[in-house]
Amino acid sequence: MSSCNCGNSNIKIIYACSGASDVGSLSDLAARKLRDEKIGAMSCLAAVGAGLSGFIESAKAADKCITIDGCPVACAKKNLEKIGVTPKSFIITEMGYEKGKTSINETTVNEAVSIIKNNICG
Amino acid sequence: MKTIKILGTGCMKCEKLEQSARQAAEEMEIEFTIEKVKDLNKIMDYGVMMTPALVVDEEVKSVGKILDPDEIKKYLK
Repeated sequence: MSSCNCGNSNIKIIYACSGASDVGSLSDLAARKLRDEKIGAMSCLAAVGAGLSGFIESAKAADKCITIDGCPVACAKKNLEKIGVTPKSFIITEMGYEKGKTSINETTVNEAVSIIKNNICG
Repeated sequence: MKTIKILGTGCMKCEKLEQSARQAAEEMEIEFTIEKVKDLNKIMDYGVMMTPALVVDEEVKSVGKILDPDEIKKYLK
């Protein structure tokens, strides 16, 4: 949030699992790139998991929450579901990347971002 | 004593939420303080992504909404 956004009716918030594996890292980098491209704001999944009220109420108030998980364990998605929010979920391993065998570079980040951008609606 | 904070940069919606909060607290006849937080960095410290937001005793109760006094009363109990 860079200025007053009262009345803004199209708030998207992006959460990445940012897990320890390569695909977790890719989820994080993809989320940051989507934020930089102004597809949505990025917020902290850890704060939601920690039960911090401002982060939880923001997720509940957003028009759309987008989760990017590295693997099917889907920690980001489950964290939001735990607070009653159903996110638009993306899982990096379902995009053709293999856990433990994925190179993290500009090409893979751009590919993941492109897949997410093409499927973000609905 | 309830500590109420209204997070927002000072637009009409923020003002309206403040009026509602003040009215709710006065009607409940409770002791309270009310503070407007306009500094964006301080607002972000609460993890709030949309304004206005209502904070009671340092807990964020609502984000991006104007609540009426009756809705606010449940947060002041």
